[in-house]
Amino acid sequence: MRVLIPAPLHSYTGEREVDADGATLADLLADLDRRYPGLRFRMIDEQDRMRAHIRFFVNGEQTFDLARALSPSDSVQIVQALSGG
Amino acid sequence: MPRSTKKSVSRTKGSAKTAKGAPRKTPAPKAQASRVLVMVATRKGAWLYHGDAGRKTWRVDGPHFLGHIVNHLMLDPRDGRTLLAAAKTGHLGPTVFRSTDLGRSWKEAAKPPAFPKAPEGEKGRAVDHTFWLAPSNASEPNVWYAGTSPQGLFRSDDGGVNWEPFSGVNDDPQYRVWMGSVQDGTPDGPKMHSIIVDPRDSAHLYFAMSGGGVHESQNRGRTWTPLVQGLEVVGGFDPANITFHDPHCVRLCPSNPDRLYQQNHCGIYRLDRPSKEWVRIGKKMPKRVGDIGFPMVVHPRDDNTAWVFPMDGMTVWPRTSPDGLPSAYVTRNGGKSWQRLDSGLPASQAWWTVKRQAMAADARDPVGLYFGTTSGELWMSRDEGKRWAPMAGHLPEIYAVEAAEI
Repeated sequence: MRVLIPAPLHSYTGEREVDADGATLADLLADLDRRYPGLRFRMIDEQDRMRAHIRFFVNGEQTFDLARALSPSDSVQIVQALSGG
Repeated sequence: MPRSTKKSVSRTKGSAKTAKGAPRKTPAPKAQASRVLVMVATRKGAWLYHGDAGRKTWRVDGPHFLGHIVNHLMLDPRDGRTLLAAAKTGHLGPTVFRSTDLGRSWKEAAKPPAFPKAPEGEKGRAVDHTFWLAPSNASEPNVWYAGTSPQGLFRSDDGGVNWEPFSGVNDDPQYRVWMGSVQDGTPDGPKMHSIIVDPRDSAHLYFAMSGGGVHESQNRGRTWTPLVQGLEVVGGFDPANITFHDPHCVRLCPSNPDRLYQQNHCGIYRLDRPSKEWVRIGKKMPKRVGDIGFPMVVHPRDDNTAWVFPMDGMTVWPRTSPDGLPSAYVTRNGGKSWQRLDSGLPASQAWWTVKRQAMAADARDPVGLYFGTTSGELWMSRDEGKRWAPMAGHLPEIYAVEAAEI
């Protein structure tokens, strides 16, 4: 499925949109990390919690659940919530 | 070969005893190194300053990691070319970047410092940022240590590529109590810092925690013992409670690894091993300035010489230069007396200060001193602090400054 990558993580992917697979959001992030090593830890901490300003959307709908089921036709958007100075 | 302060000590443990109270000096290097490298880590990236032999002209290399919060940037003194940078952004998680070519290229650590996943139903800790990077001594060429916020101690055995929790201290119930919660730490998080490896013995380690005291291990981290005797705590609290101790920066003298200096939340101290009692040497500072501050810098060859950079620790802790008059202070006699070193620094209305990692010395003769300010200015002295000159300005807030000879 297509995954939209936020600009601060383009140094990993080199692209704004990439392909990745997974039956759940957690699986998708694991696949992204295999393809782009280190990417997942910048977004998800060691306790499997989403980092404070990282947000995930599936087909335009926000989710906070890493167990969220995905299908190959879904689109996933990863967003960095800009804040601070 | 790189020349570093740590490599100047090569004797075996306990072999360099001198008469009690005698100054311990090692000779200056006969041939001066060809270049000095000053590493500057800031809230918005990192910069490298390459100096010539006279430290008169500097070539700037940067920014590296523009926009990243870089808490520490360290050169490996054992190979003179490997750099590690502790970085995160305001939004992305913490990591460590590594360069083996003095910053020409960087690669991210395969496994940055991270706490273990907590068992189901328990709330585990997550590293917010790596705060302190420390290479082991020359006997362990690829070993590095890292201190994090919240407090955690990590070690890499492969030059900083893979990091693992080190020793049992991160999960020790007593240490977790002493570490306290996020609310007990500094405004930007409680920190483990001042990780020191005895240059004579890689099993002899120190670390400090803000807050949570100074700790020592004689057995490569298998067990740790608090080392807080003689240290004061904020009035009204019990110094026997390790939680209340707030060391800001601890340094070991390269010329005499049995001597440590410490800038603490409650004064400036010296410790001469094997004694376990810190002596408050900051009482000899001018009363109107006090002995509160963050950085502590030691001379590479003279264990009686150390520098501090006091800040205003009154009332609400403004963390500015006292009276808006920044100055370093030096002791040349182990803390019996202090001299003000402000020639060249602003003479009024300068309200910046210097963070705990943001002041450093090179190993040349005379020693060069460098500090970075909270207002993004980089200052240097070629003569051990007698005269200061600006080296760079308009940088982001400076978090750490390190100097090395390459």
